[in-house]
Amino acid sequence: MLSKFRALRDEHAAVAAAGRDPFGVSFDAVLSATEAVLGGRRILLLGTNNYLGLTFDPDCIEAAAAAVQDQGTGTTGSRIANGTYDGHAALEGRLAAFLKRRSAMVYTTGYQANLGALSTIAGKGDHLLLDADSHASIYDGARLGHAQVTRFRHNDPDDLRRRLRILSSQPGEKLIVAEGIYSMLGDTAPLREMVEVKREAGAWLLVDEAHSLGVLGESGRGLAEAEGVEGDVDFVVGTFSKSLGAIGGFLASDLDGFDALRLSARPYMFTASLPPAVIASVMQAIEVLEARPELRDRLRRNGQHLHEGLAAAGFALGAMPGPIISLAMPDRETAVMFWNGLLAEGVYSNLALGPATPGGKPLLRMSVSAALTPAQIDTAVNAITRTGYAMGLLSVPLAAE
Amino acid sequence: MLDEQAALREITAALEESGKLTGPVTMETHILQDLNFDSVGAIDFIMLLETRLDTIISMDRMAEIETVGDLVRVLVSDPSLAA
Repeated sequence: MLSKFRALRDEHAAVAAAGRDPFGVSFDAVLSATEAVLGGRRILLLGTNNYLGLTFDPDCIEAAAAAVQDQGTGTTGSRIANGTYDGHAALEGRLAAFLKRRSAMVYTTGYQANLGALSTIAGKGDHLLLDADSHASIYDGARLGHAQVTRFRHNDPDDLRRRLRILSSQPGEKLIVAEGIYSMLGDTAPLREMVEVKREAGAWLLVDEAHSLGVLGESGRGLAEAEGVEGDVDFVVGTFSKSLGAIGGFLASDLDGFDALRLSARPYMFTASLPPAVIASVMQAIEVLEARPELRDRLRRNGQHLHEGLAAAGFALGAMPGPIISLAMPDRETAVMFWNGLLAEGVYSNLALGPATPGGKPLLRMSVSAALTPAQIDTAVNAITRTGYAMGLLSVPLAAE
Repeated sequence: MLDEQAALREITAALEESGKLTGPVTMETHILQDLNFDSVGAIDFIMLLETRLDTIISMDRMAEIETVGDLVRVLVSDPSLAA
């Protein structure tokens, strides 16, 4: 039965043979938002998506601890069968208020939020238009539903326009799907141009703000806020597992009849709801997000610091400075060796391989956190630079420190 | 609609444009194995072909495509493509 995975197993074994298994890292302990212990050594975490560093926020921890004491460890079922706890409804109200939307529904993971949204909002006879570099949860949501699925070239409003023109003779609603920040390269969607295309075609627009919530926009509502186009975004998807430091996801909208999704979105209906402790910590994290805009400033400065440090060292960087910085690797072997070399230097990053990456190209992906200190970022830049020289990716040897 | 020969000519031209044309292409040519595409490259190639022909091959139809012949059949059944 499992013999069909032989090629995958062989491929994985080859990747793991170069050192540690990049897809099976097991920390001895996670000490903070920026440090962990691995193999008895303290290492710097530079691949967490913990953008605001809230996983160890004392108020979030306290809220979660109180909730688990008061309400127990789990809900043991879905909301349609086992009922809604007051925290679920309160969080949905809080989210809607924060996002300035009429309605919000909470999912158990961000992955399920996309599964639920994509598979349900666009039904049989409708059309989904997905950016070619969309996250797996968007593709999987599209596959779970019954809409006709079309990809457009990554961040290419003209290709989107062309495809909508071809589809214009076909009946059914058209839902365009884009991401605020694309997770692999950290680039943002050209949302204003996409909104123009959407308006011309009379289509709908869903934006997944998973990596941009709490990161972009004056209030942290994401790319649509930063670009001033929230009024043209019909659906917002997001996650609690990045800037909000927990787990879970949401879908929000201003449209009438939104609650029908609670009775039709299978990834909402047929899974256990979030436990009280998670709900409580997310609720508190939204308070922090609103009350401490300086965390976003620090995140921005940290992204800029890492970007400038790596650019000064001679690395070619694609996207503009932001919370995600990826180094393009010439081939898979180099990528695996670079990842291992950097870990040996005490820095944990993410190894990203095709087909999960744009163009299938291997990437060394890093994400910064507001919790990183300037000294930690300097340490990271030096470690990455030394690894770059050791791998022959930078041409002039680094002067001895 | 396109006929088979015209579809094959368009596919060959698109392969040339993407730098993947290394020899004769037939209906039996396997897109991943014979043309040395990985899954991501194959999707890029399909998108290039879509742009050339100003059409859309929806993702559910892509699941049917393994050989050039499969791709030809998808194209010739596309009512939006004039001969």
